[in-house]
Amino acid sequence: MHLLKLDSVSRDFDVSRPWLNRVLEGEPQRILRAVDHVSFEVSKGETLALVGESGCGKSTVARLIAGLYTPSEGRIEFRGRRLQMIFQDPYASLNPRWRVSKIIAEPMMFLERGKPVGELLTQVGLSPDDAQRYPHEFSGGQRQRISIARALAGEPELLICDEPTSALDVSVQAQILNLMAELQERLGLTYLFISHNLAVVSLIADRVGVMYFGRIVELASTSDLFARPRHPYTRMLLDAVPDLEMSGKPRTPVAGEVPNPLAPPSGCSFHPRCPHANPRCQVEVPRFSDGVACHAVEEGRL
Amino acid sequence: MMLEVQGLTVQFPTRRGTLTAVDSINFSIAPGEVLGVVGESGAGKSITGMAVIGLLEPPGRIAAGEVRLEGSRIDNLPHEALRKIRGRKIGVIFQDPLTSLNPLYTIGQQLEETILTHLPLDKTQARERALSLLREVGIPAPEARYGAYPHHFSGGMRQRVVIALALAAEPRLLIADEPTTALDVSIQAQIIALLKRLAGERGAAVMLITHDMGVIAETAQRVAVMYAGRIVEIGPVRDVIHSPRHPYTVGLMGSIPKVGTREKRLLQIDGAMPRLNAIPAGCAFNPRCPRRFARCLVERPDLLSAGASRAACWLHASS
Repeated sequence: MHLLKLDSVSRDFDVSRPWLNRVLEGEPQRILRAVDHVSFEVSKGETLALVGESGCGKSTVARLIAGLYTPSEGRIEFRGRRLQMIFQDPYASLNPRWRVSKIIAEPMMFLERGKPVGELLTQVGLSPDDAQRYPHEFSGGQRQRISIARALAGEPELLICDEPTSALDVSVQAQILNLMAELQERLGLTYLFISHNLAVVSLIADRVGVMYFGRIVELASTSDLFARPRHPYTRMLLDAVPDLEMSGKPRTPVAGEVPNPLAPPSGCSFHPRCPHANPRCQVEVPRFSDGVACHAVEEGRL
Repeated sequence: MMLEVQGLTVQFPTRRGTLTAVDSINFSIAPGEVLGVVGESGAGKSITGMAVIGLLEPPGRIAAGEVRLEGSRIDNLPHEALRKIRGRKIGVIFQDPLTSLNPLYTIGQQLEETILTHLPLDKTQARERALSLLREVGIPAPEARYGAYPHHFSGGMRQRVVIALALAAEPRLLIADEPTTALDVSIQAQIIALLKRLAGERGAAVMLITHDMGVIAETAQRVAVMYAGRIVEIGPVRDVIHSPRHPYTVGLMGSIPKVGTREKRLLQIDGAMPRLNAIPAGCAFNPRCPRRFARCLVERPDLLSAGASRAACWLHASS
């Protein structure tokens, strides 16, 4: 039974110049499609990760689900009662003028009876005495623990985590990732985990969706995706992960960069960088079927 | 040795006492060698880089030690003399390529200015050289991009321009402070390959400062691990990564998530790096160390030989 379902969700942003300029200079309206027909389901208790490079639309998906944006097209179905979000920057996401007790108690306004703040702090590895302190008295990792305690205060079924460890040092990141895994086990939480770091995703996710240019290009279980990546973009991303084992395996750095979203390439948006592109890829957008959106895979060329 | 740093100590006098951000560290880099400097935020790695090139922000100052470039001291030179050396013999690449470029000048103008300042060339030759540099760092159609402004370029392209600028005067030493941190993984791989090729071909010494062990594994020959202002381990990259000798390095390596491992939990070091005003007595790592013993609480270890590396840890004391 799914807890969350996205059905062909798209989101457009109007990035036109001001009306007067458009009229005087005869410029057309400019629409940027940040999320393009994205569909997926998240079951209760699982972790789905969305990965991709900056500008691929993964954070927009998170914000659409949280209701911070409304979809331009498509449907989002949430079968739980509450969801909460954890943000990337623990320095910007906590009110500096509020004591920790007030920050954490805020989501409880919508509950009949909330948990004591001290208990929530203990749950994330802080001390109940920390409730009387202000955010600036904490390190980045401790602040992210406060963010998690705040999210848990609302007793959510779904936690949307938008790059929760990207701003942290590796040793602190390890503490937070371990904490998140432990909380999921204990409280039966469901995570939607947004990240650009494939190693982090391989550790924490049950399933992974790879996004490129507003679309999901591949969606598979974590073990399948890392053992047998199918889409050329997924292969490129995996290839680009620095090799800590120093096995000396040759890397094939793919040339080129993510294209300008205001002038999207025709056909498959990855075709200008794809080593397997053919004339069909230049004109026809690949359909997402059987976990991957790629003509080469569909035709058995790859 | 291209660069030799001995007993370098950097202090920040504050109202509440003097803070020691870098505490008597020693290292050297040979021509053509890439030395990785790794550590978490606040470990002192960027300050070390800034101190080497004389760009410490006041009130920070070098309190002790020597920095030698090609055998001659540069840490005690007057401001103006050091500025000349910095452009001519030392190239610097910072993390954020947008703030390292002047938004009001075209990239061609910025390259030409740097070249004319440091090399005895005329304007036509400078332009030629600028174009060949852009070609070398992988900017497609440099003639067409010559008159473009930094905002016309993407992040990866800007970082290539910054690298071209740093290389403009054929520096002997290149300091790269988190050169790939602001970039996406696919671009990061391209920039790493570029840095590696340039160091190899030109025989420059490269000090690569980063928090990303993966980048160091791919690029550097040797690595120095910093913790609370000191080097706690230094050695060949392969040895430090595969058989770390200092308990901090062991914890650091264990806390890096790796693609394709089956474990669901990471090794974690509890606690956090101490603040500069509260560095514990003895070994600075002792409150977090799983293997500490009595000596660690009172006596600070120097770098001791440990396998192919050297580690500042009493576990390696021979007696």
